[in-house]
Parts: sequence; structure tokens; C-alpha cells
Amino acid sequence: MKVLEEKHRLATRWCHWVNFPVLSAMIFSGMLIYWAYDPYRIGAGNVTLFHFFPDWFYNLTGINAQLARGMALHFALAWIFALNGIAYVIYTALSGEWRELLPEPKSFREAALVALHDMGFKVALPPQGRYNAAQRISYSAIVLMGGLSLVTGLAIYKPAQLHWLTAAVGGYEWARFEHFWLTMGYVGFFVIHIGQVIRAGWKNFRSMLTGYDLVEVKESASAE
Amino acid sequence: MPNKLTPEQEMSRRTRRGFLALGTGAVVAAGGWEWINSGYQRGGDIPAPLRSMLRFNERVVRKALFSDGHLVKTYPASAIGELKENGDLGLPDDFDADDWNLEVTPRGGLPQTLTLDDIKALPRYEETFDFKCVEGWSTVTQFAGARLSDFTAKFAPGSEKAPYVAMSTADNGYYVGLDTPSAVHPQTLLAYQMNGEDLADEHGAPLRLAIPVKYGIKNIKRIARIAYVGTEPKDYWRERGYDFYAGL
Repeated sequence: MKVLEEKHRLATRWCHWVNFPVLSAMIFSGMLIYWAYDPYRIGAGNVTLFHFFPDWFYNLTGINAQLARGMALHFALAWIFALNGIAYVIYTALSGEWRELLPEPKSFREAALVALHDMGFKVALPPQGRYNAAQRISYSAIVLMGGLSLVTGLAIYKPAQLHWLTAAVGGYEWARFEHFWLTMGYVGFFVIHIGQVIRAGWKNFRSMLTGYDLVEVKESASAE
Repeated sequence: MPNKLTPEQEMSRRTRRGFLALGTGAVVAAGGWEWINSGYQRGGDIPAPLRSMLRFNERVVRKALFSDGHLVKTYPASAIGELKENGDLGLPDDFDADDWNLEVTPRGGLPQTLTLDDIKALPRYEETFDFKCVEGWSTVTQFAGARLSDFTAKFAPGSEKAPYVAMSTADNGYYVGLDTPSAVHPQTLLAYQMNGEDLADEHGAPLRLAIPVKYGIKNIKRIARIAYVGTEPKDYWRERGYDFYAGL
């Protein structure tokens, strides 16, 4: 017979689903700000492979010429982003769930197996708890990145009053560079994450929504 | 308990509830987004909820962070870059330096007219800091001039208690409002020199503001009027959606 098994606690699900639209809006408003001074590129010397961002992209998305709005949105929604992230970290620390989230020494080798398996190679997967090794690494990294976004963001926001913080992340220009690439990291994470969620299927998605999954157990184990 | 749900029924119930919560959340999020963006038009002022948040942020920063003792980082002269001339509002071409003077109005007092020599008679300070544009770029620049705090003490004594300072160009083509704590910050200068030379016309000759605790938009060029006032002054970029305080 089948029984309900708890997969994700309410606090985890709440923080996850609040973060999704808020981070999206932070990225959008961040782009409105970045447009006003957009120096970053992939390239070296005079060779530019890709400029962030080409004119066609600005025109297509309509994010040009809205710096004031971008700043106002960014500095309003940053509160929700920060408080939600801090709440998640506190919850994860106090509940003990960090044990299932943080990578273990063996996670890095196992994550390679998970990656090979997901790319279609026939590799035996190691046993896993709530998260597999690749998930432990990527989900921990994304939380760490959130913290770094907050820190570098504050360093750009108040470089005079928080001069020590700005200095700690390498100065004003580095802070903006780091803040930008962290954001690109979220975009990369998002693409892979959505792909993996689609691959994992309905039951996995349902567990992130409801917190539960239906799992098969042996009769004897569930006898009352 | 009678009519106990089977695990399958329980799962369905929770799934329905989950989607209901997700849908409600999506409606709330969309409504909130609609609300904070309501009435926004490109190039215009920002909607009221966002303006309130900027004010709230300023109150938090003022209470938690701002201090006269928090000095912006200064640099050696070797770090000086070439400051871009980013705006010419209030800088008409037919400017004649001989006609220039500065009108200062203490709070509740009468205006008086000053010359550049009056300002040069005050103690001269030099500082090299990273001038930060609201667009996101910055350039290390050296300014030299009188402290606005010294200027205030001499020409508008008592006006340090006025909550705001208003500054504008002769033609009112550009105007800024400052909160007085930032205006009398020890690094705020009425500058008549930049990078070791007298101010160039395009950088606001003969007298401009150098206020390193604010974005460049507050560093008004070719100041013609300074007034200490009780209410928030008109501010060019505030009217175009930017934060009134624009503090760093």
C-alpha cells in the first residue's frame, strides 16, 4: 500500500515560492539599472565574443531608459529578497535541515556521478537522502550566492556609509562586477533547475507544492 | 475516526490545496506588482508606493548608518582619472565669469550676494574621492574648495538647523535639494578647483558642489543660489523619478 511521506517542510516551500517571483523581479529591475552603464562582456582585449547586452536585446525586452524605476523597484524588493533569504537560513540552521542540505566530503565525487547519469551515461547512482550530491552542492551554492548578492548589493548601495563592506568585497567597481555575475549565475541555475524539474516529473513538482509524496511501503511496515 | 481518507485521497486533497495556495500567491504577487507600478510612464516620476519605500530606506539608513564621522575613501593623486562631462543643464554657452556671483539666503533671513573671493577666503580643503554617477560608473577626481559647513557657519549662521539646503543655477536649468546633515558633512565642498586646476566651464566654473556622500546628480555645477529652507526643495532628478536623497 501507499502512504504519505513528508518531503519538504512548509518553511522551505514558503521561502522557495516567495523567492521565485521576488528574485525574478530583482533580476528585471537589476537589468533596468545595468542598462545605464553596461560595460561587461565575454572577450579579451579588442575581441568581444558577447557584450552584455546587445542593442537588439534591450529593444526586444524594452528595459532601456528606465534607470530611476529600476533603482526604486530594486531597493524596495531587496527587502523581501533579503528577509526571505535570512528566514530560510535561520530555519534551516535551527531545524537541523542543514544536515541534509550542505555538501559532504563525498558529495563532490558523487555529484560527478549524478551529472554523468543525468547526461544519459549508464552509471550507478549512490544512495541519497532528501537531496542527491549534485543537489546538495547546487542548492547550497544558490543560498550562498544569495548572501553574496545581498552583501555586494549593499556595498554598491552605500559605499560611503558601508565603506568597510565595499572594501571587503574588493571596492566599488568589483562589487558591481560580482553582483552582475552572481545574477548571471541565477539565470544559469534557473535554466538547469527548470530542466531538471521537468525531467523529474509530476510527483517531484507536487512534493514541492504540497510537501508530500505518495510512496509504496510493505504491508508489515505500516501495520497499526 | 470514521470516513478516514485513503492516502490517495489525502494526496489529492493536499494537491488541490497546494494549487489553490499557488494560484492565490500568483494573484497576490501580480496584484502587488500592478500596485507598485501603477501609473508609471517611462521618463516620468515613479509610482507613490515606490517613492514611499525610498523615503523609508532613507530613514533606515539615516538612523542606522549615516554619520558625520563616516568619511568616504580618499585616494592619492596618482589615482585621478578623467571625469566625464555628463550634463550641461544650467550651463549656457554665453556664460561670463565676471557676471557671476552667489546669492545666499539663510533660513528666515534676507539674501546676500557673495563673490568668489568671499568663498576663497574660507579655509581651503582638497580631497580626492571616487566620484560616483547614478548610472553606475565612477571616476577618481580631486576637488578643492571651501567646506559647505564653514560656508554655512560664516554666511548663514544658525541655518545648520534648517532641514534642507536648496541650490540652483542662474537660469534655473538645474536645481538640487540636499538634506542638511549631508550638506554639512565634513567632506562636502564648494569647489572652485578640480584636479589641480581652476574649474573648467563644462565642470561648472566658477563654483560647483562636490558632495561625495551623494551620487553625481547632486553635485550641481555653477551654483548661483544657495538657500537654507524648511521644506524639501525642488530637485531636478527627483522630479524625474530618482531618489531625493541619492545618498551613498
